Formats: sequence, C-alpha cells, structure tokens
Amino acid sequence: MSDRTPVIELRKVDKSFGPIDVLHEISLKVHKGEVLCLLGDNGAGKSTLIKTLAGVHQPTRGEILLDGKPVTFTRPKQAQESGIATVHQFGGTFPLMTIGRSFFAGVEPTKGFGPFKVFDRKKANAIAVEAVQNFGITRIDDGDRLVGGLSGGERQSLAIARAVHFGARVLILDEPTAALGVKQAAHVLRIVNEAKRRGLAVIFITHQVMHAMAVGDHFAVLIRGAIAADFRKGEKTREEITDLMAGGQNMADLEAEIEGYMETHEGHPPPIAQPAE
Amino acid sequence: MTEATTTTATTSGRPGLDVLGLFRRPEIGAFAGLVLVFCFFTYFGWDRNFLSPLAAASWLNFASTIGIIAIPIGFLMIAGELDISVGAMVPAAKIILATATGFYGLDIWLGILITFSLAALVGWINGMLVVRTQVPSLIVTLATLFSVAGLTLFLSLYLTDTTQLALRDDDTRPVVEWLMGSYHTLQLGENGPTIWRGIQSSVFIWIAMAVACYYFLHHSPWGNWIFALGGDQESARNAGIPINRLKIGLFMLTAMAAALTGMCETILSNSASTTTQFTLIFNTIIAVVVGGVLLTGGFGTVAGIFFGTATLAIVQQGINYTQFDRNLSNLIIGIMLLIAVLMNDTFRKMATNWSTGKKK
Repeated sequence: MSDRTPVIELRKVDKSFGPIDVLHEISLKVHKGEVLCLLGDNGAGKSTLIKTLAGVHQPTRGEILLDGKPVTFTRPKQAQESGIATVHQFGGTFPLMTIGRSFFAGVEPTKGFGPFKVFDRKKANAIAVEAVQNFGITRIDDGDRLVGGLSGGERQSLAIARAVHFGARVLILDEPTAALGVKQAAHVLRIVNEAKRRGLAVIFITHQVMHAMAVGDHFAVLIRGAIAADFRKGEKTREEITDLMAGGQNMADLEAEIEGYMETHEGHPPPIAQPAE
Repeated sequence: MTEATTTTATTSGRPGLDVLGLFRRPEIGAFAGLVLVFCFFTYFGWDRNFLSPLAAASWLNFASTIGIIAIPIGFLMIAGELDISVGAMVPAAKIILATATGFYGLDIWLGILITFSLAALVGWINGMLVVRTQVPSLIVTLATLFSVAGLTLFLSLYLTDTTQLALRDDDTRPVVEWLMGSYHTLQLGENGPTIWRGIQSSVFIWIAMAVACYYFLHHSPWGNWIFALGGDQESARNAGIPINRLKIGLFMLTAMAAALTGMCETILSNSASTTTQFTLIFNTIIAVVVGGVLLTGGFGTVAGIFFGTATLAIVQQGINYTQFDRNLSNLIIGIMLLIAVLMNDTFRKMATNWSTGKKK
C-alpha cells in the first residue's frame, strides 16, 4: 500500500449487451498487496465484471488502467500476458492429468531441438511441486500424481500457485470457496493471504461474507450491475454487508426465520409458494 | 526451509515401486486384455494354426485398416469429441482416388494429393461446425457421414456412371504400390524361416503412425493440450491453448487418416466402391474404448488404442481358426467391450487413489 498507483483501476466502466445494460459506471481500485472483495448476489453482474477484467468482454464505456496506464484487451490471452490471471471455481486444473502436466498446460517446458522437442516431465514436476509447496501445501510432493486425487482446496491452491508462478500481478478469484467445506475453504483463504503477502493485487469474488471478511482489505458490493457500497475493512459489520448484498432486505431476519422454520420442521427449508411463518 | 522442501520434492525417487508403477500405467488394462485374448485363441486355434504367419497376417491386416483411423479417433475422444463420418470418408477417398487416377488418368501422386486435400476439407468442415455451433460432434459428424456418403454416390454416378471403379496397377506407380498397396513377405535367406508373410503395406503404415502419434500425444507439448482440452475445455481456453484450432486440426487428422485407409485399400484391391462402411465406425470406437480411452475425454494412451485395435482384430479374425461358430465373434466383442470398460474404470480409480493415499 506504499505505492499509491493502483495496480488495476476501473474508471466508470459500463457494459451493455445490446439494449441490456449489465454494468453501470463501475469504478474500482486495487493496490499492490491488497485484497478487494467483490460481493454480490447471483445476477448482480459479478461474472460480467470478471470477464471484462479478464479480456473476455470489452467495456462499452469507461476505461481500465493497469499501473495507471489505460489498456484495452481484445482477447483473454492479452489480459493474461499483462499479468491478470483468473482462477475459476473449479478451474485451472485437469482431474485426469498429472500435477506437473496440469501446471504447465499451455506453456509446456520442452527439451530437445526443432521438431523433436519433448515435454520435459522432470522439470515440469519439480517446478510445479516447488511452487505449490511454497504456498504451504506440503502434502503435494510428487508431480506425477493425478490432480483428481487432490482435495478441492488443494486443486484450488494448485491453480492459484500456477497463476502466481506465471507472473500474475492481479489475481481474480471467482468464488474459490463456494464449493468447499469449512476446512478446505480455510485452506484457500490462507493461500489468498499468502498471495497478498507476496504483493499481488487480489480480487476475491464471493457471496460468503465470512470468507470475505477473513481476507479482505476493501469491499465492494455489487447490486444490479452497480456498486452499491464501497468501504474498507472494519467499517461495516457482517450483518450490514449481508443486508447490502440482499439489496436492503433485512437478511439477518430472513436467515433467522428460515433457521427457526428448519428447526421445527426436521431441517426442511420453508416451501417456496407460501411465505414463511 | 524452501530449499529443504524442494529437495524432498525433486528427489522423491521411489526405488522398488516401479513394478507398482507399471500397474498404474493406463494402457495396462488394454495390454492384459490383448494377452488374454491372444492366449485364448492360441489355445483354441492351435490345431488350425492360429500362430502361423498367415494367421498373424490375417488379423494384422484387418487391424491396420481399423488402427490407422482408431488412433486419431482416440485423440478426438481424449479431446472430448467423436467423429463417425469416417464411415463415409473411407469410401469417398476410394472413389476420389479411383476417379482421379483410374477414370481421368491423372498421376497417382496427384490423385493422392487431391484425395488428402478433399479429406482435409471434410475434416475442416466437421471441425468448424463443432467449434462454431457447439452442437455435439456425434450429431455433426452423423450429418456429415450422410452428406459425404450421399455426395460420393451422386458424384460417382454423375461423373463416371458407375458406383464401382477400377484402379489398375498400371494406373499407379510401383513405389506407391509398394508403400500403400502390396503384400510384403520377409524370409531370412533362401530357405530360412519366414518372419512375416502376406502383410499389407497398411500394417507398416499403422505401426509407423502409432509410433509418431505416441510421440505426439505423450511427449510433445501438443499432446498435453489434447488432454487439457478433454479434461476441462474452459480451463484449457483460459490456459491459452488454442482449443478451436486444435479441435479443427484433430478432425482434419481423422478425416485424412480415413482417406489414407481408403486409398490403401483401393490400391491394394485395385477397385473402389461407394458402399458406406458403417461397421468400421463401430470398430474404431470399440478399438478406442477397449484401448482404455475415456468416452468423456481427458484420458487415454496411444499404446492402449494400439492394443485395443489388435485385440479386436484377433477376436474378429481369430475366430476363423477355432471350432467356434464365426457368428460368435460379435458376442465375444460385446462382452469384451463391457469387461474392458469396467476394467479401465477400476484401473483409472487405482491411478487416482494412488495419488491421494499412502505417503502423507
């Protein structure tokens, strides 16, 4: 946070698909070594925002600045080459490939000459294992193992380690903890902290407020394509954030209602058709 | 601390575990199946010379016609796609070559070039349709299967007035005959032992192709792309792999392999017919699946496909060397396919579990 130029900045970014406006005047800044948590319910425009950052979509209006300089990405590859890496919920790894091969998919190290270049398995395995272990996942110690044998958290960590290894400066994590258990999620959150410690700018997308509060320095709540709230760590409580995400509805009350119903109805949530008692 | 962990990571050589490592290899299931089937037919075909060079030639020749196509089909399946248009591509290639060379009298090399080009075009159309429309490749290639078959029949009749074309030996060149359409025999010395007899050129093409494809899939960087593509298409795209070009390339490779088979057959038998080869479609898929390739993609080996093709050919041809009714071969193949799929499942689970278990 010493360097005051944000690594990545969005200035009044709009995105429309034909007549449908998906993003309205999104302005965000992420500094080095900072985690921005992007919160929002389903359909709030999170995915579109990520895709715009990752070069899949181009903003209709507004600009994206990388290290203070305006950039336009026409292809995802360009964004990647500029150091913007996206790690998706289940993404980045291939279950039936070995760790070494998965790690280097698309950027295989080779040895040999000309048309006789072969995949350098030993080198790939050694680098992959080292990169993951440096992130504190010591259980991965053999690059010949299949990725499918790893836990969800380990796979996610492998994907993050991969992105960092290939020079990511901006790490976009798309719901990395959504499909994970409590322990596994904690695992991933530690990795996020490690990435932050290494000076990456992290954009962490989630709808789990607890996870966001565990790692976030800066929070933005997205509702119907616009930023509804933008605040720093400690400025709002968990309940306030949840309420914001739900669009002003008193989420805590709603949750309590559902929990109450489930307790009295053998764990079944209330039926959708009729309002909860 | 970092250095300490690195050294443990890089020097995790496992002496004594190599035998276990062999069982982890994905093609072991296919190899076991091949050995089993071979032993079975050796036993039951002993009296009728199943082990003679001629019997070997009969199943090897049969295997080569499937095998040349099965390997690229296997690539496609690993990449999560399928191509059944080969059933029409083979007769199309036969007719194209016979029309160009036998009917219009073009040079055989030119005929081969034209055939390969048109096959590449069909593959490109397959690939483009799959990539652009996102329609499952089974349906896309089903459509091209019938389109190509219809077009072949129509053009054959329109241009040559017949559905059976001849390609005489003097239409071709000796070197092409030798490379693509001859029976080869290797005998050591004048009265020495026969190493092989009556082996078609396509068998050597098949073996050469298997070696080249083994290198391509398992040792070149592109092979890694194919696995990544079949494992998770979105992740592969994000990893910067040109998935569309790769897919189109694989469809083109498959169509050209089918054309190669068709041309070999035409040059060998000196004739071409428009009959669509529906059995060939199933044979290639069986060979690939028996070879341990996962139908949903992301897993498989060239060695496995090779063994799978050989197994299928031994069952199809070996039955003639036994007392069993010829018609039972399809029953055996059906059972074999089921066992192979179940076995491959088990081996694959072993491979995945191995990675979680033990050393903690």
